[in-house]
Amino acid sequence: MSQTVQSSGDKPDENRRDFLTLATTAVGVVGTGMALWPFVDSMNPSKDVLALASVEVNLSNIAVGQAIKVMWRGKPVFIRHRTEREIKEAEDVALNQLVDPETDDARVKKKEWLIVVGVCTHLGCIPMGTATGEPRGDFDGWYCPCHGSHYDSSGRIRKGPAPKNLHVPTYTFLTDTSVKIG
Amino acid sequence: MSAPVWNNKVVKWVDDRLPIISMVHHAAYEYPTPKNLSYMWNFGSLAGFVLVTMILSGIFLVMNYTPHADMAFDSVERIMRDVNYGWLIRYLHVNGASMFFICVYIHIFRGLYYGSYKAPREVLWWIGILILLAMMATAFMGYVLPWGQMSFWGATVITNLFSAFPVIGDPLVTWLWGGFSVGNPTLNRFFSLHYLLPFVILGLVVLHVWALHAVRSNNPTGVEIKTPQDSIPFHPYYTIKDLFGMGVFLIIYLYFVFFAPNFFGEPDNYIMANPLSTPAHIVPEWYFLPFYAILRSIDFEFLGIPAKLLGVLAMFAAIIVLFVIPWLDTSKVRSSRFRPVYKWFFVILVIDCFILGYCGAKSPADPFMGLHGLQVITVGQLATLYYFLHFLVVMPVVGKMERPKPLPASISESVLKGGANA
Amino acid sequence: MRKFALTAIAAAFALTAFANNSKASEGVVPPAMDWSWQGLFGTYDRAQLQRGFQVFKTVCASCHSMRYLAFRNLEGIGFNDDQIKAIAAEYEVQDGPNDDGEMFTRTAKPSDHFPHPFANDKAAAAANGGATPPDLSLMAKARPHGPDYIHALLTGYEEEAPAGVEMAEGKYYNHYFASHQISMPPPLYGDDVEYTDGTEATIDQEVQDVTAFLNWIAEPELEARKAMGMKVLLFLIVLTAMLYAVKRKIWAKIEH
Repeated sequence: MSQTVQSSGDKPDENRRDFLTLATTAVGVVGTGMALWPFVDSMNPSKDVLALASVEVNLSNIAVGQAIKVMWRGKPVFIRHRTEREIKEAEDVALNQLVDPETDDARVKKKEWLIVVGVCTHLGCIPMGTATGEPRGDFDGWYCPCHGSHYDSSGRIRKGPAPKNLHVPTYTFLTDTSVKIG
Repeated sequence: MSAPVWNNKVVKWVDDRLPIISMVHHAAYEYPTPKNLSYMWNFGSLAGFVLVTMILSGIFLVMNYTPHADMAFDSVERIMRDVNYGWLIRYLHVNGASMFFICVYIHIFRGLYYGSYKAPREVLWWIGILILLAMMATAFMGYVLPWGQMSFWGATVITNLFSAFPVIGDPLVTWLWGGFSVGNPTLNRFFSLHYLLPFVILGLVVLHVWALHAVRSNNPTGVEIKTPQDSIPFHPYYTIKDLFGMGVFLIIYLYFVFFAPNFFGEPDNYIMANPLSTPAHIVPEWYFLPFYAILRSIDFEFLGIPAKLLGVLAMFAAIIVLFVIPWLDTSKVRSSRFRPVYKWFFVILVIDCFILGYCGAKSPADPFMGLHGLQVITVGQLATLYYFLHFLVVMPVVGKMERPKPLPASISESVLKGGANA
Repeated sequence: MRKFALTAIAAAFALTAFANNSKASEGVVPPAMDWSWQGLFGTYDRAQLQRGFQVFKTVCASCHSMRYLAFRNLEGIGFNDDQIKAIAAEYEVQDGPNDDGEMFTRTAKPSDHFPHPFANDKAAAAANGGATPPDLSLMAKARPHGPDYIHALLTGYEEEAPAGVEMAEGKYYNHYFASHQISMPPPLYGDDVEYTDGTEATIDQEVQDVTAFLNWIAEPELEARKAMGMKVLLFLIVLTAMLYAVKRKIWAKIEH
């Protein structure tokens, strides 16, 4: 006890002020930081935007070999009803030939349906090959006209500057002919 | 007050090229401030703090607001319901407007009481009045943006004031509206100006502070700083005092935001604007009520000027008169603390302004404070009369007639005697 | 400090008196009720809100719109996702155009808004003797004394107008309505709904429940607001006390 008094005895006032000022500054800084969070968070997606974060798509009108584009969270999603040949091509590729190795199995839930986000992983253009007659690139998938990326029938990057496969969104099949994306 | 020497090389490098660090150091650190400022001197910095809060919350509101007559109301409700913390940001902005006016009105009355408008602070005072005018314009246009019933009808009534001017009146109002009534073009231009004007206010505040630092702060004695003993550096003494005041202020401000967010508002503004139906009572926001009372109290012709125009002129004159009070006040003494007669007239002026506010909120034919036989309009007219008499007659006459109490020789003398609180 | 405190208290007092007095003149003041959400710690009663919603959708919704109620919002009165989907599925909403360019109706989803009873305001007025039933989503904030007024209005009908009052065609006498002549027929008589939770549906119960629901849809953020406000104010009181202590320390050596 007496030691404590001695050690701080020189300038008790100074020490107390320092601690008090420091503590007050700390509380003030923390408070200011917390006050900023609501403003930052207000720029995150709002509740009405989140409520529309999933779409349901009816697949019954897509013939084998055809593909459609649907809008999901402001981006196109490609849904392709793959032919037997396309499925086989996708499954037969050796993983060591791929830039971003992934099996076809890991990219689909039902073999005949391929669902990918239609945004080129290079610089965000929309690859061609969904509508009938558009160039599908060298691997029966999609071809991005911006910088010449070729995707295969599993949406994987095979040639060109893009670093990643086309992204697979989360989706679930509600029935055999309807799927919920997101 | 010589330029400080900077030890940090980076700081020195910047400061040699742009002496902004020295400038801030002069202004917010070593600025010699009278040592006897009371808590009434907190409201200037508080008003500055609210201005920053308003600009910040406003910028985030704009990110979600849609300035279109068909969508504005819905977009405000979307902010309240769907945007993360949108309700908080909007209520901060809505109540911040009231808090801004509370701070500024106290700040103005403090200046009036202690003679802060007198030489050499006339320009400082003028810039302050310009800030008040810009604030009023900003607040009025901001109130229109949610496009509720009060927004719409407030805009209609206030813009119609300009039709009082002869010849140019009607074309002027059409020009203000951008149409033949308040409508989408009006909303769009009000939104544009409501976003612009706060930055004009910010610029005026910089000038206000600049002028303040040129002439130095007034103080409760009204006696200028004479020796170094009279003053203390702004930091840490007034920074900590302002911060403490800010804490107290925030408790009050945020109490309203969280627990009574619509206290200052009118329920009618939660009804979408309807050009076919006027609310039973159109009332401006509380901070305009005294001016609204002056406007309405003129219900007579004078010198061939029609009542409507005269009312508008009186309302503007109520603010314009403030520009000339440095010359209307003939007293040799600044602070009312040493003016035994004027002090009481000042109290009457404050009460008068509250009465005007009350009259502005009521219908002209209502009984005043429930007193039968005394109409609001009559009281409003008397209060308006006193308002102008105070500045145009009381100030010059009392200044000449009254014998002020002896002034302390210096600020430090008044502090040491302790008699200054009398 | 003492002087400052006195000034602050006086200012606050004057301000409150002034603000209260400055509200626009009103009609008949409705009696003040005790609502669960009032006060610093007030919260909504979920069961009451659900009963109120039942009254609203059974009775009010046949004439009144509720433009800011989306089915997903019902989470706020205690329904879970499956219940919300089931409630939404009771309603049809218009969507489209489809690939043929036609508008079509489909079952509502949680993200949809509560459908309006009429195609537009004119249709609503035409079907209601020229008076458009107002939207109810903000009613509790859009009238002086909000919930008290709603409660008083719904219970303020009188069978006979007082002697000397000439009633207009198709109007009903209501003590609390501004002009006393309201176009809305008395909407609730008691037993207008069969409460799913077994509460007896007396008229007063129904009125209180639907008033609570209307206050919730006007201020769905109320509970979050008050909870956050408590924390913020406590924090500020501590911080301000600390700032005051620092201020005392710093000013200790200065005569002022």
